[in-house]
Amino acid sequence: MAMPSVIVASSKPLLFCLLAVPLVLLGVDVWREIVAPGSALGADPGEAVVHHLGTWGLRILLLTLAVSPASRLFRRPRLIRFRRMIGLWAFAYLVLHFTAYLYLLAGFELTNVIVRDIVKRPYITVGFAALLLLIPLAATSTRGWQRRLGRRWRTLHRLVYPAAIAAWVHLLWLSKGGFMDPFVYGLVLLFLFGERIAYSVRRRRAVAGDR
Amino acid sequence: MLIRRASDIKPSEITPEHIYRSRRHFMRDSLAVAAGAGAGTSALALPGSWLEARDVKPGEPIGEQMTSESNATSYNNFYEFGTDKTDPAEYAHEMTVDPWTVEVSGEVEKPGRIGLEDMLAGIDLEERIYRLRCVEAWSMVIPWIGFPVKKLLDKFKPTADAKYVEFKTLHRPSEMRGQRSFFSSIDWPYLEGLRLDEANHPLAIFAVGMYGKLLPNQNGAPIRLVVPWKYGFKSIKSIVSIRLTRRQPRNTWNDLQPSEYGFYANVNPEVDHPRWSQASERRFPTTLLRPNRIPTRMFNGYDEVASLYSGMDLAEHY
Repeated sequence: MAMPSVIVASSKPLLFCLLAVPLVLLGVDVWREIVAPGSALGADPGEAVVHHLGTWGLRILLLTLAVSPASRLFRRPRLIRFRRMIGLWAFAYLVLHFTAYLYLLAGFELTNVIVRDIVKRPYITVGFAALLLLIPLAATSTRGWQRRLGRRWRTLHRLVYPAAIAAWVHLLWLSKGGFMDPFVYGLVLLFLFGERIAYSVRRRRAVAGDR
Repeated sequence: MLIRRASDIKPSEITPEHIYRSRRHFMRDSLAVAAGAGAGTSALALPGSWLEARDVKPGEPIGEQMTSESNATSYNNFYEFGTDKTDPAEYAHEMTVDPWTVEVSGEVEKPGRIGLEDMLAGIDLEERIYRLRCVEAWSMVIPWIGFPVKKLLDKFKPTADAKYVEFKTLHRPSEMRGQRSFFSSIDWPYLEGLRLDEANHPLAIFAVGMYGKLLPNQNGAPIRLVVPWKYGFKSIKSIVSIRLTRRQPRNTWNDLQPSEYGFYANVNPEVDHPRWSQASERRFPTTLLRPNRIPTRMFNGYDEVASLYSGMDLAEHY
């Protein structure tokens, strides 16, 4: 299983850059759009930006959730060392997604649109809830917090499960008629949860067997 | 002005909007002069393969910025071609619109299946500049070319029992990829309906063109409904059947999600969609840094239709 050390050493920066690609591409389009309106982001540029950031935020969040199942399925426990970075990238995309919604769609009319949206539009409420759930996880993602919280850190970080479900419901509720995206992401989520349940059942049985 | 299929026109030939609009003003002004001279005829001629050269009465400006033609023809809901806003512009060319026949049936004295060209014989075309408010809370201002629905219905002589009109969109999965999609939850063909008195209201039109040209396929070629005081999904596209009925017909979005989409679907800022507010809308053109969010108006600003609904609880009949 030993890999050449160059690959091991460069894999993390490489992954970092890879996860930045959708953001960089969006940045290029945003720049083109500002220089020449209508040139890069279609008829509804604000919606396009918000949608792009939300889609990638969800994908990378699912990727975060895929790390530990992948480490078990492929028997590569060291994959876990990528998880924090992937999770923080997901958080970054989702914060930008929310910020873009505030500025580009809601027009930053705090009392008028946003408060009403968050309270009254269930899909925005549930999306906002997902983001709130992720804030303590991003804040306590450092080694220091991991040490300080000990066992409770693991418990706290299980909040990523409801957050992912809320993010998926957000996508489902904003869909109108076409359900391919929610269906595909739902399948992925189901698989990632299913693997975890199967794993914990196996482990419990193994522990019981040891006795 | 020559009217051609949008697909025949190179981007380089498209008149920039400010020129197009200034021409419109010129035409309106010259029309006023002509009318003053006692010769109130037209300014636009509209030839097409199925449409003889015709005069089109220019529309009245409404004092609001027009949505650009490129926005109106590239950002569409036409689920027959996919659920993304860009799908119709990408795939609607796969639909054959010539020849085109429409079946008129039900409570009419002269039912029949008739070619579009014959159906439109003797009907004058006019331009109508209308706001279009989508149920998804965005809106456009579009110069349609068409004629009042009533003019066509009268040709077929609705009987005294006719109370509603049902419209049906083309169902041709071989040319409409959204109808083939496994993930579509819609029971094709797309259906819409109006009460007969709504259909007969002078504001309700059938459109065959927009921006001085024939309708592009993605906007519902060759003939579509435009009911400007209702949410956009009522303005059914690519119509192949018109049926006069005694009872309220089904309509597709109501079938799909009755708690969210009603039969009436009048634009109403007071009645929110269960999942989002209808109090405001984003008006195209929007730019990245200026969402152009404006308040939504009752009946989309067409107060003259209010009498159609006097005594009705519009929160109940949404």
